[in-house]
Amino acid sequence: MRGWSIARGLVLVKVVVFALCALPGVLLLRGALLNELGANPLEALMHGTGDWALRMLLLTLAVTPLRRLSGWRWPQRFRRMLGLFAFAYAALHFTAWVWFDKGFAWGAMVEDIGERPFITVGFLAFVLLIPLAATSTRGMMLRLGRRWQRLHRLVYVIAVLGVVHFVWLVKADWLEPAIYGGVLAVLLLARLRGVRTALGAGRRAGPSPA
Amino acid sequence: MLIKTVTSGIKSSQITDRSVWEQRRRFLKAAALAGVGAGLGKFAPAALALQSGPGKQPAIAGLRASRYGAALSPTAYEHVTGYNNFYEFGTGKDDPAEYAGQLQTRPWSVSVDGECEAPGEIGIEEVLADFPQEERVYRLRCVEAWAMVVPWVGFPLGDLLKRFRPTSRAKYVAFETLYDPEQMPGQRRSVLDWPYREGLRMDEAMHPLTILATGLYGELLPNQNGAPLRLVVPWKYGFKSIKSIVRISLTETQPATTWSKTAPDEYGFFANVNPAVDHPRWSQARHRVIGEGLFSPKQETLPFNGYAAEVAHLYAGMDLKRFF
Repeated sequence: MRGWSIARGLVLVKVVVFALCALPGVLLLRGALLNELGANPLEALMHGTGDWALRMLLLTLAVTPLRRLSGWRWPQRFRRMLGLFAFAYAALHFTAWVWFDKGFAWGAMVEDIGERPFITVGFLAFVLLIPLAATSTRGMMLRLGRRWQRLHRLVYVIAVLGVVHFVWLVKADWLEPAIYGGVLAVLLLARLRGVRTALGAGRRAGPSPA
Repeated sequence: MLIKTVTSGIKSSQITDRSVWEQRRRFLKAAALAGVGAGLGKFAPAALALQSGPGKQPAIAGLRASRYGAALSPTAYEHVTGYNNFYEFGTGKDDPAEYAGQLQTRPWSVSVDGECEAPGEIGIEEVLADFPQEERVYRLRCVEAWAMVVPWVGFPLGDLLKRFRPTSRAKYVAFETLYDPEQMPGQRRSVLDWPYREGLRMDEAMHPLTILATGLYGELLPNQNGAPLRLVVPWKYGFKSIKSIVRISLTETQPATTWSKTAPDEYGFFANVNPAVDHPRWSQARHRVIGEGLFSPKQETLPFNGYAAEVAHLYAGMDLKRFF
């Protein structure tokens, strides 16, 4: 009886977390369809989806340090969902760029990706997210075994590329990308062996990249 | 008595026969329509009516209509005054509208110094009283690849400069924005090297399209748009059009300008709108029109922002890829 209620509770929490993660996207899409995104809707859409992709990515990367620090196992249960939301927002970001910024002008897109470093790194980050999203199922985890872990270590590269993408696109005010960079640095440092022992934690539960 | 004197001074040969006068009027009207139509679009005569704002600011008295941009349809007031860059109040597009309210624009004076015979100061009330205010509907193209149409109110910068009698050594004009972190919260962080500085070559400054703006939509400038006095140079990227000016200096050498100091490979001194010279990080070939929905396509950017006929000759023989 007790196990049943915990499982049921977890499902409820998962639904709530899912709804919270989806909310900014739903609001952005609603604003886009109703033309309520202000004077420059493309800018609002690009910034909104980009910000949320990066936030979801950082939340995903916060799961393992949180678990190690606290000893709780439940954060682990949300990692896949958070990661998939990062991918979903990145996909919306990319789609908005292809559709509204570039107007499906493939030549111009290739030129941008080749010539503009901030687009190169952003595009690379998105492309690298695709195999991670595709192998996020339990079946793929089991099938790939240790290789799954190695593959999913790409998330560190992706997060760095994401922050660099942001840093390189701002004109003069680096405060906001610096905040994302700082959070990412803390999350990466927390994974270093020395830091982990210093924090007095070292528990591992289930497959996790690092 | 007076009337008699005046009439008697006119010879009968100088008095135009009424039918001839009416004919002339018709001809002038047709010529004006044709001229305006050829240059500025067929709806020009109707658009010569002045743009009026929502009454949020005092209306500018004695405002004159002009033929400049009569065929352009202005961007909505809420976007013109709610979406812009004015880093002195924050780097977000809605920061100026949100935080500029506290700026005190009266009293306000601009000092004019440097290579001129009569350096001095001029107060904003004097500016408004002494220089005939005229509506100029101009395209505004931001370096960030968005654009709008603004019905400015102002007068030629050259008219003000002449009053201070520039010497032959005056080759450039330098401008400075107010520096006051108390009133301008954006200046409390060193995002840019404050105060904001801009500059023009003398021929650019004296060009009739270059104005000092005191208002928009027939009313005094809202603070977020650079009150009480700002530059407007419609063929250059928006960042050249410096806001809330407190100092104008005539100089012999090219003055340092804020954005070209911040990122010299991205923002040049000239900053003429040029679809053929990309910003290193984005294309300048097209732009998004503010106020149009997500689904309306971008528009082609025109050389000199569509003012090539008026200003291209200023840059004859110059390599615009080098002097961007």
